[in-house]
Parts: sequence; C-alpha cells; structure tokens
Amino acid sequence: MKTRARAVHFGCALVLTVVSSAEARAKDTGYVFVSDEKTNNVAVIDPKQDYKIIKWIPTSHRPRDMKFRDNHTLLYVACGDDDVIDVIDVATLEVADHIPTGPSPEMFELSRDGKALYVSNEEGSSVQEIGIADKIIMREIATGAEPEGIAISADGKTLYVTSEVTDMVHVVDAEAGVVTDNIVVGTRPRRLLLLHDGKELWVSNELSGQVSVIDRAVNRVSTTLDFLPPGFRQADVTPVGMTMTSDGKSAIVALGRANHVAFVDTATRKVETYVLVGSRAWGVALSPDEKTLYVANGLSDDLSIVDVGSRKAVRSVPVGRVPHSVLVDD
Amino acid sequence: MKLGYVELADDSRYADRGAHSGIVFTDLGRPYQGSQVALEDARAIGRVIGVEFSMEKSTAASGDELVQQISDRVTSGGVHFVLADLPAAALKDLARRLADRPVMFFNISASDDSLRAADCANNVLHTYPSEAMLSDALIQYLVAKGWLQILVLRGPAPEDAATVAALQRSARKFGANIVETRPFLLTNDPRNREQTNIVLMTGGVRYDVVYVADSSGEFGRYVPYETSLPRPVVGTAGLAPTAWSWSWDRDAAVQLQHRYEKVSPPRRMNGADWAAWEAVKAVTQAVMRTRSTDFDAVRTFLFSDKLTLDTVKGNPGSFRAWDHQLRAPVLLSTADAVIERAPLPQYLHQTNVLDTLGIDAPETACRF
Repeated sequence: MKTRARAVHFGCALVLTVVSSAEARAKDTGYVFVSDEKTNNVAVIDPKQDYKIIKWIPTSHRPRDMKFRDNHTLLYVACGDDDVIDVIDVATLEVADHIPTGPSPEMFELSRDGKALYVSNEEGSSVQEIGIADKIIMREIATGAEPEGIAISADGKTLYVTSEVTDMVHVVDAEAGVVTDNIVVGTRPRRLLLLHDGKELWVSNELSGQVSVIDRAVNRVSTTLDFLPPGFRQADVTPVGMTMTSDGKSAIVALGRANHVAFVDTATRKVETYVLVGSRAWGVALSPDEKTLYVANGLSDDLSIVDVGSRKAVRSVPVGRVPHSVLVDD
Repeated sequence: MKLGYVELADDSRYADRGAHSGIVFTDLGRPYQGSQVALEDARAIGRVIGVEFSMEKSTAASGDELVQQISDRVTSGGVHFVLADLPAAALKDLARRLADRPVMFFNISASDDSLRAADCANNVLHTYPSEAMLSDALIQYLVAKGWLQILVLRGPAPEDAATVAALQRSARKFGANIVETRPFLLTNDPRNREQTNIVLMTGGVRYDVVYVADSSGEFGRYVPYETSLPRPVVGTAGLAPTAWSWSWDRDAAVQLQHRYEKVSPPRRMNGADWAAWEAVKAVTQAVMRTRSTDFDAVRTFLFSDKLTLDTVKGNPGSFRAWDHQLRAPVLLSTADAVIERAPLPQYLHQTNVLDTLGIDAPETACRF
C-alpha cells in the first residue's frame, strides 16, 4: 500500500511535497535519468508517459556520472565544474545535499558497504576515498593524469581506475589505499566493465578504438576487441560507455563518433549487431526489463531509445546540452 | 629516455612580437612549456614501465653553436629525439649537418611548406601544421559556407607572400576564387592611402570574404568591422586556422589546457605549445608500446601505422610517410571561440580524412 501511495505522489508533486526518503521509494517507475554537462541539470524521463521529461533537476555545474544509493532513494551526481557530488532525493527529485570532492570529479563508485565514495578527479590526477557520513576525504590515491573510469571488485577489496593520458589501468588495494599494479592498455582508456564471472575486466580505449580484455588473475590484457560499424572508418570508432545484461551474456559498447552501439556476445567476444544511434554516443543503460537500451548522444543532445529485441533505435528524445550519463531507476 | 630541446636565443619570430606599447595582443610565446606538460605525463608512464624521461634544453646563439651542442648531447648524453623550436632556415641547416647522426628532430613551430617539400629531411618530423594544412582548413570552411569569392589583403613581409601562395593553392584545390590581391603598407603617409585605408582597400570590388595576410599583427586586427562591404574577415585576423586555441573545449582539451596553465607563465597555450606537447607525446607512446628506448625501435614505431597519437582534437594522429608531417585536425578560431574543426565532414578521402588537409602523397615534392 505504501508503495502505491508513493507512486501517486510522483504524479501529484504539488500536493505531496515532503516525503521521508528511506521509505519513500516509488517502485517500478523505470524513470530514466540523464545528466547534461552543459545545461547543468538532470533530465528525468518517464518511459510510461511516452518518454516525457517530467522534471529537469537543476544541479551544480557540469553533472556527469550518476549512481543510486540507499536502495535507490538517493541519486548521486558528480558535478565536475563545482567539485561536488550532488545528492538528489529520488522521492522529491531535488538536490538535497552536496558532498565536496577534489578537482573535477568525473566518474565514481560506492564502496560495497555503502559508507564511502571512490571518486576519480579528472584534473587532480587522483582517486579520493570520501566518507559519506561526515563528508571527509579519507584518502587520496595518486593516479596518472586524467583518471576516469572506476570499478570495484565484488568483494570490495580492489579498485580499478583508468588514466586517459598514461594509457593504463591502475589496480588499487582499497584497504591499503595503494596502487599495487598498472596494466598498460590501449590509447586513452575511458571506462571499465567488470564481467559477472569476476574473471574479466573490460576497458574501452577511446583513441585506439578497441576494448582491452584484462585477465584479472594476472592483471594483463589477454585479448582486444575491434569494432567497425558499416560505413565508418577505424578512426571514427571511439568507444566509451559500456554496460551488460544481468545474465552477463551480452555487453553493449557505445562507439562514440562512430554513432553506433555494439552488442557483443561476452562468451565468444564477437560483435553481434551494430545499432545506429545519435552523434557521439557515450552513456548507455538498460531498462530494468532489459527490453530497452538508452543511449546518451553527446553531440546531438538527445537520448536514443533502442529496442533490444529488434536491435533498432526506435526513437530519439531531446534532452539537455551534452548529455553524459544515463541511469535507470527500477 | 633523454629528450633534447633546441631554440635560438635570438629568434626573430619572438623578438618584441605581439606587444605594442607594452600590451600583448598575440599568444606567440616560446613553446617550451608545452613540452613540459607532456614530460610530466611521460614521467608518470615512465615510473610504471621503468624508464626515466627527462629533457635537456639548449639555447644557442648561432647555427654553429646549435650543431655543436646537439652533437655533444647525441654523443655523450644519448639524446636521440630533439624538439626544435627554430625558424625554417635554421632547422634545415641543423638537420642537414647532423644527417648522419642518430638523431630525429621534431619541428614544433615552423609552418613553412618548403620544409615538407624541396627542403624536406629524413631526420625531421613535423608536429606543427604546414601552411598548406592551415590554408586548406580555412578554404574547406569557406567553400562549405559558399563564400567562394575572396579578396586578399597582403602585407609586405615574405611570410605574408608565403601565406598567400598557400591560399592560392588551397583555393584551386577546393574551388574558391581569389578575386584580387591588394598589398597593404604599414604607414600613416596620406599619399599611400590606397594601401593603408581599409575602406578604400576593400572597396570597388565584389567579394564574399576578406582574407588578411599580416604576419606583423599590426594591420589585420583593424580590418574586421572596417571593410567597405559587410563581409567576414579571415586569415591572420578574424577567423584564423590554428593548431591550437585555448577556447577549444572538446576531446579533453580543457584538461590539457589546465595542466598547461599550472606549469606555464601567465599565458594560454598556443599552436607551437601544442606541437611541442604532441612531439613528447609521440616519443612517449613509442617508448611505451615498444618497451624500448632504442633509437631505431622508437623511430620505426613513430613511422608505423600503430601510432595513434592523441591530438586532443578528435582524430588520432600519425605521421605521413611521404613528408613526415603529422596528420592532425586544424581548428578555425576567432579570438574567443573555435568556430569549426577541419577537416569538415563533407570532405572525404580514400584512406584518411586528415589527408584532405595539406599535401597528399601524389602531390608531394619531398624526396628523402
């Protein structure tokens, strides 16, 4: 009953304005959140209302990576130009708090116990561990220049961080807070995807146009995946965002300036399909039922809606300027 | 891995340039700081792969002194890759005199087409764009806009004539037309008003756009808004083709700009800074990928198609085999905005769209 009442709340925001957050989850909204770097807001799209933007949440400057916390009651947004992570109350769809970070936070992860954030500071050449409760920077781990993608192992003990400028992935012992290994990958590594079996870590290399597959047992690149959608050249292929299905069988790689996303069979590592989307596709996310893929297109300022069954882009939704990341509520 | 860096103490390109009455109007500073930004990144990589990157700078008073200094560094210091911030004549001379030594030069500041043609040298790589690349970039834009009729205002310096020659070649290549070339003079003498008064100089002829070739920087600044017809101004004033602009904000340019400003004097990054940065970046990538500091191994990698150099302008860079010019996009920039990035999407090429800028293999006059 409580859940139903909250669902009503979303449709009648003027009537019910204050809701205690922990119990205020609206289940099954399927809301799609898109961070817009240049308009400094997060667009909230309701797929059930014909992809209408039901709210623009004003944020601090240059919002980029987003993560849910506390059972989807809070949405964290890294805001690169204001050196903060905005905390959005998912019930009210408003910024409720801020967590200060180092210079230019871009991507981040939550510790497995939910108590700390690991934030890559693009202009600080470091990853910071920030205690969420007291907003204290507990530790700073030096990385190569322009650290970006960040991933955390299932046991929470190992962090992986890409450095775009030094072409490597740093392996960090999260408990000790030290870099224990460095893995040379392709050119300009951007994002990381930990595969469900725990054995592989995928790295998208924007400039060499490949995905490096790291064997986590030995911390070395075991193979690389190439992409070439029809009608494009190797130089156009600039992979960034990645996601995968919950069964781990399919990975989706956004190919940037090649304006396509690739569906990859993770077992055979073969590209199954290329889907044409908007201009400079970066952020990707699947709907909870995995029937729909959302793709943020940074240079056409829109979100492509891809039907996973037919592997076709079925429509485009205009969002703010330079959409960066997509996140879907369940 | 010890890199070298050479410059002339008395380089006329930097002598009281860009400053009038103590106010600086251009960003033409020496590009050494650009190399230092890339060296910082190289050191971070070096710590992982077990290579110590450093750079030794030589400032010489003459060409002879340059040859002596580099020669010594090659012999005793194991320096094989040298960034050269030199005018064309000095670079040509240095490269020729050290042609039989294990040393490669990176031309980081001379745009002269001759260095990529008749005067090309096997031991020189060019990370700075050629005049041909710069003018092709601009003409691509003008043709795409349909601004085909160009009135040229040309200054008295040899550099101005070279710029106009490059423009003529680009106009033929892409189908634009120079309706007239009018030489201007730097004088207030009223008897020369036909060659000093901008309204008179831009009157009595029909054109879509005014192209200014003014290496002095004293004339061109005053041409926009002064023309007889309401037309845009391009060239060395108004919309200018450049290797770098501080206002470029895509492809991780902002992060590079900020790293530059941390180490630099109070100045924003310019085209030669970018070329210096890119040269160190090229050597770093070659060392990292070959896991070697050996001259031949690094050199071979630099020329291979495995090089995917981050240009911070979108397309990955590599060196053209036929004249050693780095393929890289060119920015078309006003004083505070990058209006377009060349090559423009409507210009295609059979192998690499970047080769629509500058001298392509079939046209090269370079013979190594």
